[in-house]
Amino acid sequence: MLRLALRRFLSMIAIMAVVSFVLFLIFEADKLAVAGKVLGPYSTLEQRELWLQQHGYDRPFLVRYVEWVWKALQGDFGESLRYKVAVADLLWDRLANTALLAGLVFALMIPLSLTLGILAGMREGSWTDRTVSFVSILTTSFPEFASAAVLVAVFVFWLGWLPGTAAMTQGFSWRELVLPVAVLVLYDFGYVARMTRASMAEVMTSQYIRTAILKGLPRWRVVLVHALRNALITPFTVIVLQLNWLLSGVIVVEVFFAYKGFGSLLYDAATFGDIYLIEACTMVAVFVAVFTQFLSDVGYTLLNPRIRFR
Amino acid sequence: MATIPRPTPSRSRRRRSLLALLAAARESPLVVGGAAIVLFWVAVAVLAPWLPLPDPNQPLEPFRPPLSVSADGSTTFWLGTDHKGRDILSRLIWGARRVLIWATLATASAYGVGIVMGLAAGYLGRIWDEALSFLANILLSFPVMVLYIVIITRIGASPLNIVLAVTFASAPGIMRIVRGLVLDLKTRDYVAAAEVRGESPWWIMFVELLPNARGPLVVDACLRMGYTTIALATLGFLGLGLPPPDPDWGAMVAETLPMGAFAGHAMIFPALAISSLVLGFNMLADGLREMSLKE
Repeated sequence: MLRLALRRFLSMIAIMAVVSFVLFLIFEADKLAVAGKVLGPYSTLEQRELWLQQHGYDRPFLVRYVEWVWKALQGDFGESLRYKVAVADLLWDRLANTALLAGLVFALMIPLSLTLGILAGMREGSWTDRTVSFVSILTTSFPEFASAAVLVAVFVFWLGWLPGTAAMTQGFSWRELVLPVAVLVLYDFGYVARMTRASMAEVMTSQYIRTAILKGLPRWRVVLVHALRNALITPFTVIVLQLNWLLSGVIVVEVFFAYKGFGSLLYDAATFGDIYLIEACTMVAVFVAVFTQFLSDVGYTLLNPRIRFR
Repeated sequence: MATIPRPTPSRSRRRRSLLALLAAARESPLVVGGAAIVLFWVAVAVLAPWLPLPDPNQPLEPFRPPLSVSADGSTTFWLGTDHKGRDILSRLIWGARRVLIWATLATASAYGVGIVMGLAAGYLGRIWDEALSFLANILLSFPVMVLYIVIITRIGASPLNIVLAVTFASAPGIMRIVRGLVLDLKTRDYVAAAEVRGESPWWIMFVELLPNARGPLVVDACLRMGYTTIALATLGFLGLGLPPPDPDWGAMVAETLPMGAFAGHAMIFPALAISSLVLGFNMLADGLREMSLKE
């Protein structure tokens, strides 16, 4: 177990190292372009070269890369070109906002999708099963921005019940979070529900469940005590990995509703060409993705005693 | 040394299995429904130049509601017009053409790369497997949208660059699937037979292994067409998609969002169009998967 965790951890570090190198290569190999971004398009070549010299860019690429990684590990990602403040200060605020959004989404999505998935998988082919399966295909077919457009048209423009943005310009407001959370839950619950359903349906056909039913145990006991333990292993990994998908959706939803989170920060940085901010945001996003992969792998082996990796 | 002839697959058997497949597909409402939706959009997209529609980029009368008639009574705006007075139905249909062309090209390109990578990793193994799997792990460690945004903002939003970005994002996933299938298939007797016959690795990979892995790949391809449609539309919405002024479903929603309060139809219809096409692909994938499980 410990060896597996260690191996996965090392491969996580290796991936982070390669990603950081490629990212640095993409954005900072062309030194003059960096200076052009910092000093603006009307700066002269002399100005750019002077700036490069003053900021240590005349050193070899590898030295600069190592220094960048070293600083990044200490939480120093440089200064944002657009906001003129330390990238780290921006990042933590925005990450906290996104964590709130993602936390709410998970808090709603997990009970909803597990309940629906279990109900559907308990009796494969039943009316409940058909309905849940179709509804989950339907909702996952609406890309985040499309369902956001439809929900905004109905609840903001037509009924006038909810605000159409989540910019929180007049302080924090739960009402502004309703639509962003709803959009993400709608898009994401279907996949988890379908995975839970498949896993539950498979367990329900197994020998030991048949034994339990034939033994005369009440149905609720068979489902809750015998089936669930095994049926929830797959959904667990799917839910943890869902964070990776959620991050993609979060970018779209945050841009759509002008929510001041990590996703809209990354998007703004990319469209503005804010190099240091893009680098930092991408590294954080990849870290979150790789780390959740690690958690899911380790969690899976902990939950499933039949699996033992070498 | 005597040469062993290659066995030739019988034609009639293959045709019969295709007919059987069509007959079985009729039984599944998911497959029929999904195919109907997808074929509807394909037909509309193919026929776009011959349909009696106004030019999709021509400004006519702005903010007309659905089912209204133009001032001179010559054209009916079935779905209304947008903020620039362009006919929405016409833009939807021309937009379908655009999204179907580029989604197909992008998915095909991702499949080409993913299949070659997967066959090499699965059949050749060893160093190939290690290297290709590591590469795939790196690309898969990006949240998809982050990968798109980084690539597109770096190399610009041209149609070819978008195909490239989709290939980067999807090929690793396809490679994993192909690799898994190949690892299972390569222990079969017919592969050993081909090796004994002295066939080259290329022949074995593309003629012996690939056709036998097609079932799961067809299901995955339908799903991936849906994802790619979502990706293209979402990039269009974020302003990183195919360049204007030609109609793009995602960009249509983004452009008309500010006017949603009084011209909601202009953003609802493109949103529904995208979702219906994706729904078609998803239903098709799901139905085909169910059918393959029954066999």
